[in-house]
Amino acid sequence: MPKMNLSHFEASMLFALFTSIVLGVITKRTDRERIRYAAYCFGCFVAAVFALSWLMYLGHG
Amino acid sequence: MAENSNALPPASKWAPALLLAWLIPGGGHFLLKRPGRGALLLACVASMFLLGLMMRGALFSPQTGDILTTVIYVGGFIANIMSGILYLLSNWLGYNQVDMAGHVHDYGTKFLVAAGLLNILAMVDAFEIATGRKD
Repeated sequence: MPKMNLSHFEASMLFALFTSIVLGVITKRTDRERIRYAAYCFGCFVAAVFALSWLMYLGHG
Repeated sequence: MAENSNALPPASKWAPALLLAWLIPGGGHFLLKRPGRGALLLACVASMFLLGLMMRGALFSPQTGDILTTVIYVGGFIANIMSGILYLLSNWLGYNQVDMAGHVHDYGTKFLVAAGLLNILAMVDAFEIATGRKD
């Protein structure tokens, strides 16, 4: 099996993508709602990544 | 007397879907004739698990000791097992990565655990569909 080296950002984006799709698929009842919810979750993950990254960067000084 | 609408249907109605959902991520949805959703779940759980393997993440084995050790190792083991055939195949094919320092290995371990946790969500969804609580 090939070895893969991902950066923090790449790994967190892939995690956000797959988790958002699953959350969208299982929580809503129509396809339109599922797509919207998956996109919303992905946006929240990305926002959290950037917010926490800046928080850690500023916290370290 | 009014019939209780929350009563659990017989196990024969939902157990096969639940078991298949555990064994093959998305399999419960395929059995219940939701192939689109099943394919998405299969793709996401399998991709996450394979990425975890490619990042050389560690699979947990149950250990007990202090409460934190027990929660992490037993919880991690249960989450790994919930990936079904992906976990079983990895074990049968001899995947044995020791827990190493490094952010890539660490992400790999988390991806392997997360794949199992996502499959638990898929199993719950299959159960709800099989019992008629959801379309």
